[in-house]
Order: sequence, then structure tokens, then C-alpha cells
Amino acid sequence: MSTNVTVSDLPYATDGKPVGRLLEVDDLHVEFHTRDGVAKVINGVTYHVDAGETLAVLGESGSGKSVTAQTIMGILDTPPGFVTGGQVRFHGQDMLKMTEEERRKIRANGIAMVFQDALSALNPVYTVGFQIGEQFRIRQGLSRRDAKKRSIEMLDQVKIPNARQRISEFPHQFSGGMRQRVMIAMSLALDPEVLIADEPTTALDVTVQAQIMDLLAELQRERHMGMILITHDLGVVADVADRIAVMYAGRIVEHANVYDLYAKPGHPYTVGLLNSIPRIDEKGQDLNTIKGLPPNLIRIPSGCEFHPRCPRAQQVCVEKRPPLREVAPRRLSACHFAEEVLAGE
Amino acid sequence: MSDPAATSLAVNALAGSAVATDDVPPSAGGKSDKPRSLLGDAWYDLRHKPLFWIAGFFILLFAVMAAFPGLFTSKDPSYAPIERVLAPASAHAWFGYDEQGADLFARVIYGTRASLVVALLSTVCTTVFGGAVGILAGFRGGWVDAVLSRIADIFFGLPFLLGAIVILFTLNPPGSERGQFAVIMIVVASLTVLSWPVSMRIMRSSVLSTKNADYIVAARALGASNRRIITRHLLPNCLAPLLVYSTIMLGAFIGAEATLSFLGVGLRSPVQSWGIMVAESQDYLRIAPQLLLFPAAFLVIAVLSFVMMGEAVREALDPKLR
Amino acid sequence: MSESILQVEDLVKHYPMTQGVVFKKTIGQVRAVDGVSLELKAGETLGVVGESGCGKSTLARVLMNLEKPTAGAVKYRGKNIVSLRGAELKEMRRQIQLVMQDPYTSLNPRMTVGDLVGEPFEIHTEVAPKGDRRKKVRELLDVVGLNPEHINRYPHQFSGGQRQRIGIARALALRPEIIVCDEPVSALDVSIQAQVMNLLDKLQKEFGLAYIFIAHDLSVVRHLSDRVAVMYLGKIVETGSDAQIYERPTHPYTQALLSAVPVPDPTSRSTKQIIRLVGDVPSPANPPSGCRFRTRCWKAQDICATKEPVLEVRPPASDHPSACHFAEEREIVLVRD
Repeated sequence: MSTNVTVSDLPYATDGKPVGRLLEVDDLHVEFHTRDGVAKVINGVTYHVDAGETLAVLGESGSGKSVTAQTIMGILDTPPGFVTGGQVRFHGQDMLKMTEEERRKIRANGIAMVFQDALSALNPVYTVGFQIGEQFRIRQGLSRRDAKKRSIEMLDQVKIPNARQRISEFPHQFSGGMRQRVMIAMSLALDPEVLIADEPTTALDVTVQAQIMDLLAELQRERHMGMILITHDLGVVADVADRIAVMYAGRIVEHANVYDLYAKPGHPYTVGLLNSIPRIDEKGQDLNTIKGLPPNLIRIPSGCEFHPRCPRAQQVCVEKRPPLREVAPRRLSACHFAEEVLAGE
Repeated sequence: MSDPAATSLAVNALAGSAVATDDVPPSAGGKSDKPRSLLGDAWYDLRHKPLFWIAGFFILLFAVMAAFPGLFTSKDPSYAPIERVLAPASAHAWFGYDEQGADLFARVIYGTRASLVVALLSTVCTTVFGGAVGILAGFRGGWVDAVLSRIADIFFGLPFLLGAIVILFTLNPPGSERGQFAVIMIVVASLTVLSWPVSMRIMRSSVLSTKNADYIVAARALGASNRRIITRHLLPNCLAPLLVYSTIMLGAFIGAEATLSFLGVGLRSPVQSWGIMVAESQDYLRIAPQLLLFPAAFLVIAVLSFVMMGEAVREALDPKLR
Repeated sequence: MSESILQVEDLVKHYPMTQGVVFKKTIGQVRAVDGVSLELKAGETLGVVGESGCGKSTLARVLMNLEKPTAGAVKYRGKNIVSLRGAELKEMRRQIQLVMQDPYTSLNPRMTVGDLVGEPFEIHTEVAPKGDRRKKVRELLDVVGLNPEHINRYPHQFSGGQRQRIGIARALALRPEIIVCDEPVSALDVSIQAQVMNLLDKLQKEFGLAYIFIAHDLSVVRHLSDRVAVMYLGKIVETGSDAQIYERPTHPYTQALLSAVPVPDPTSRSTKQIIRLVGDVPSPANPPSGCRFRTRCWKAQDICATKEPVLEVRPPASDHPSACHFAEEREIVLVRD
């Protein structure tokens, strides 16, 4: 199978913006080999993102949401992580089967990633201008001067004031929110079609978070990018997402559009999550908690991974692993009793 | 564009979730519910390193040799009849006889004690003294730290060998008639005086980095006295780097003692030591190389064992690898 | 009407910025806390919200007597605890305790859970005789929802949420009257946050505790607090009951803060009030003159630069203390029934 894909071969709408199904993750399986055993970190994850839409991957720590993103980008630490099955298709081509060289061409050009901690993702000994310009110099062969010009344009696009001066400053001279903007500028430098944002605002103050999420939404609209937003924050997701994939113990347990999910969740875990968050618009009584703790990925519970914590668990849940199936039009859920959950029983 | 932070997040989340079950998981190794401290975890690691067992075997061997040389040889190392000078190896004397006629094997075995004792005592003194100064400097900070650090810097600046020779030459010149015990003490003292700054620095930097840890703040908030904080909280958590370094230091001191004895300012006859043997072998190198080879071999193996042990312990205690 | 047990009066904490290695010269001051006054009543929870750099962590440390303030007083039951030393200071510590943010670093990794929770008894030997201590530790573990059989385990064998419970048990041991909670749930997963918050609630009712709850997450603060104080750059800009702050905020910063909190309700996208602040938080070493918020405030006028607004009730615009010349009620958070 030919894997010689260049980004310029891909279908575009007449205005040069991406269109159609951009990225597909298909039945991905990833294991981590640790001292205490083999942890099944990702157990059959399937999702996709189209141009112009935002897919939110929602989950707590240990759900596998970040590892999926790293696998897509090809930056998974191997060892101890190993991909044991599945495909990651960018415009139909399986990236996992490509050579590192081909994957690198797609990275930055086709898919870019924004991380949680800008301070560790940016190199502290090079100026911001150098790091952004690097993309242009190396990937597009621009001259130093042209690269610098483009870098200033990028800083303008992410609304950093005084871009011309700040281009020669170092990462530590920026505040947290500004650094995050720099990282966004870096990742968007080569006009990627897909942007993966891995907890981009978790480390930021709430007012700065709001600014950054606004910025991402605006840039996405302008460029018609597909965005995968990985987070645990149910509030942020409600604000920006079009579709949501809820992850638990390495697989997707619910997949729905954002309005449906919040109005009528279709999986007990989602129900539990929504009930357990304190809300600014209500003064609570006791929060309804999800009892127990997240599962040990080395010893995932039998049957449904959520059954030890599920208020609805029955015998079938212990024995049989519920498949991710369509339980209502355009809604997927991995629960034997999804229909009852949907109906609010 | 690999992001170590993100990956370590994944592994940390993994580690977190690996522990987070409703019931604490049994210690890996299939044992029953016995709780495992960090030291326990380190011991588990160590047990599985071949380096640990090899080094441990030799260290144990040398320790027994030093304590009970009679187990290894029945000969008297100072018995040197003239007719046996440079006689070759035989079934009675595995290494042959040296330039005085003494049994080489016996000398090497008996030499273990002096070398080990000097190294051990020096290590203990350096660790205790350097560690104490380090804790004081690190914990008090301010001018106390500034003064102590400058003093340490001065000692640090003294070149080791030159300093040792000068001290020993003054206190223990060739031809002086000091007793065995006094000579050993002097050598130990001079080694300590020249090496304590390193221990002090290690302990000080450990303390500095731990001093502001959250659990220390929590102890203060409870009303813990300084003494309690140092003994109960700081020391147990700061000791590890120093201990590791001490193991390596032991090895280095064995070599240092040998060097000083070789130069004639350290231990001398009638004390048996590898360094002395190496010194005495110089003139006979061409005709009887075994006079150098055997003590040198023991020397090298001893030093290596301690250094390797230090490496193994360091890896096992390294929290980053957990 | 419950009594006021803690009064903070014009608390100031400045950190000198120095230059030089051996002989240090002071070139400026970081004004971390710059005139804060608060009141805490018995059995209630006072929430202190603010973003990074507002000084709330410094406030926590000064309240806990871990640092001496530059000026001002902290009075516990009428007695100024700032000037206490020695045995009196130790005695006071029995009444005001601390729960810290990071469950992974706030417990000594080399001590067992039993030692950790039992340490307060070892420091304050008059509270429990030696024979009783083990039993009390087991009781405490039970009260916070941990298995008393795990008394000999080490922190690394527990999850984050469980470790936080250990920290809470430790703070509870001496039966303090006040517990200062410095971001106690920020480092926990969402589903675990709820468990710990319920625990804090339950303990408050059971033991009559008063909390000073410091956090940046407004939803969390609202859930547990009776009254709330909003901090910005070392000063309190607005304070009131939880209903007053969340439903009728009058200070622009509070309004912006509330507007920035994402609500888990997609249908509110169209109805939300969007206030976006421009620019960065000024440096606490060099705060703006007059009202500190003026550099990012959409209402700023000349008077804001010259005259610092006092934190006071401003009828009729504001029925609770607000530090703004142009305080005005604005409904940001639409209340759910």
C-alpha cells in the first residue's frame, strides 16, 4: 500500500481550507509495560474529527485520553508504551504504518498539538521568535528574514501585543497565558488541518482560560480546522465542543453531540460525572459522588470496567463487556442499560 | 516534538491509577499484605540486580577477611625466614613468597584489615562530620550557611594528595616511632579533614531542596520544634544521597590509603596493608611482578565492589525511577 | 448568631526583593498581601477566591503563623496571635490547623499513616496520653472514610484522594476550631473532588469546625462557603454572603471572574454574559496606583487612578462591601432552580 502522501495531495475546498473527514482513530489498542505488569491503557478507541468541528475527549486521569493523542502524534514513549492494534488514519492513510519520515511530514503540516504546560514544551534557551521561525525555516525553507516576518504575523494572530518586540524574548519572560498563546502560534505556524489541544488551559487562571478558549475557537473558525480538545473540565466542554467522547479505563463509554449529552446522558459514568461537579449556579446540598476509585489498568475489572462503581450494576455487567453501540440516533453508549439511563430511570 | 511532560503525565496517571484501587494492591512479588516503605521498595529492586549480588559478595568476603584472617590462611605474615626470599608459588604458599621471605598470600589477607578499617573509619567520620555541618548550614541558612560554606570551600580548595602528604609528613614523618593505633588514627583524621566538604555539600543541597517541602510546612503548622523537624522529617529524607556517596567514598578511601602508604606517609610496617605491599614491590617489578599484581588485584576488586555497590544502591533509591 | 472567632485587621505581608550575594540590598517590595481585613464566625466557612498572584496562598501562611506579617493583626478570640512565641504559640496551633493542596507532597513519604496522623499527639503531648494515641488515630482514620487497618501503610500506597483524607485526619486530630484549607481539592480528579468536599462538609457539621477555604475554583468555593471574599493583587475587592457574591456581584473583577467560569450547560452559550479582561495581571511588586484593577477594568476613569476605593458597603448600588467607585450590581450567573 502506498504511503507516500503529501499534504498538498489532499482534497481542499476551493478556498484552500480543509474539508471532510480529516482524522480517524480506529479501534486503537495501546499497552504500557510497567514493573508491576502490563497496563492496558487503551482498549479499542474509535473516534474521528471532521473539518470545522470540535471533538471533546472527556475523561479523568488514567482514562487514556492523553495517550491516545500522543499515539496520534506519534510521540508515544516506546518503551514502555506499545501500540498493539488499530489504525490512525489521516485523510484515509494509516499513520501507524508510515515511516517516521512520512509521519514527520504530516506532523505540523497536517496535525499539530498544543500541550498543557507551555513552560516545559517551549525550549527555555531559545527566543520565542527563533522557535516559531524554526518551523518556517526548516519546513518551508524560508530565509531568516522571511521566517521572522511570518513569526511576527503568527504572534499577532494569537493576539500578543507588541509582537515585534516580544519576538526576541524568552519563554520565561511571558506570563502563563501568553506562553500558551506562543505555543498555539507555534503549532499553527504551518497551517495544520487538525489541532489537538491536550488540557490547554488546565494550568491557567480562569480568566486567562476564558481568553485562550475564545482564541482557539476563533482560530478554528477562521481556518476551518478540526479540533480535538482533551480535557476533564465539563464546563469548558459545554462551551466549545460539538461532539463529546467520554473515556473511561481506556475506552470510549459514550459518544454524543454536546446538547444531547448534557441534557440526557446515556451512560452511568457520565451521569455520575455531571452530578458530582459543583456548579456555580447552584448552592448545593451534598454532591452525588461516584463511589470508589478509578480502576487499576493492570487489573481492569471484568465485564464492564465501570461496574464496581456503578449504581446500576447487575450480574450481566460483571460478566459481559458492553460493546459501544448505537442506542439512539447518532448516540453511542457502552452500557447494557443505556436505554434506561437515557430515559432517566 | 516529543513532550516529556505529557508522557510523564501519562505514566504518572498510570502509576496513580495503578495504586488507586479500592483496596491497596498486594506488594508486587505476590506477598501478603505487608506494607512496603520506600526503603522496602528499594530493597526489592536491589535484590533483583546482579550487580548488587556480585558487589555484595566481594564486600562480605573482604569483611570476613578483615575480621577473621585466620580463616583464610594459617601462616604468619610477618614470619620471613631469609631462605624463602622470592621463592615461587607452591601448594603451601599460593602466591609464593615476597622479597623478605614472608608468605605473600598471608600478607595480602592480613592486609585487608588495615585497608578496610582505615577506609571505614574515615568514611564514618567524614559522613558524620560533613553531614552535621551540612544540615546546620542548609537548615539555618543566612549567615550561618554563608560562613560554613566558605569554610568548606577553603578546605575544598586544598588539593587532596598534596594536603594529605603535608599533614601526614608533619604528624607522622618516616622514622617516627608511633604506635599502630596512633598511625591509623592520624591517617583517618587527615583523610577526614580533606574530604568532609564533599559530604557537607551533598547533605546541604539535600536539605535545601527538602526544607521547603510541603510536609515540612505541615509539620511546622502542627507546631513541631526544629529538632523534631530535623530528626523526624529532614534526616530520613536527606540521608539517601549521602549514603550512596559514602559507599563510593569507601572505595575511594581504600585507594587513598594505599596511595599514602605507597608514598611512605601512611601506614607502615609492622602494619600490613596493600599499599605498603605495592610500595615494596617497586624494586622487584621486573623479576617478581607477582609482588605487585596480587595486592593490586585485591585493591582494585575491593574498590570496584564498593563503587558498584554504591551505584546499585543509588539506582534503587532513585525516586525518579520509581 | 454565632460569634466572631477570628478577626484579620489590615494584614500586610511584603517580601523584600534583594540584589547582591553577600551584602544584600533591598531594591523593592513584593506586596503579596497589602491590607486585608476579614472576619470568621464559629462554625462557618469563609471562602477566599482569587487567581494566581492575588496573595491568597501568602494569606494562608500568615494566618497559620508560618510567616510573620509586615503589619496588621490576626486576632483569635480577641488575642493577637501574630506576636505569640514559644509555648503560647504552640498552644494556639491546637486551634488553627492546615490542610494543604498537594496530596502527593504534603505527607512525609517515609512515615506511616499511623505516624503521620499521630504526630499531632506526639507534639502536643497533653492532648492524649500515650496509651490512647493509637486508638485515637484509628478513630480519625475511620471518621475520614479510610480503613483503620491500613494504619501501617505508607502514603505512596494510597491514591490522591485518600492521601488528602489522611491530611484532613491529621488536621482534625487536635480538634481545632478553625481549619485553613489551602486549595484542598484542586489537585484531585473531578469525581474524587466531590467525595472530599462532602467529607469536609460532614466534618464541619459533626465537629463544629470553621473553615477558611482558599481556592481559585469558584464553583467549588460556592459549594462549601457561607461567605466569600474576592482577592485581587493583595487586596480584597468584594466580600459578602455566597448569594450576594454569586448572584449580585458589584465589583467589575468579581463580575469578570464569574463570567469566565465555564458552566456545564451548552444551552447557556447564547445567554451567557461574556466579559473578557484584557491584558495581564500587573506585578505585585509594582501595583497600579489608586484602584489596582483599573488597568484591566472597562469602567476605569480618572478617579480610579488617583483615589483608592475603600472596601465598604455602598448603598444603594451595593448591599455588601465592595471596593469600586462605580460599584453596580450585575447578574452574571443565572441561577438554576
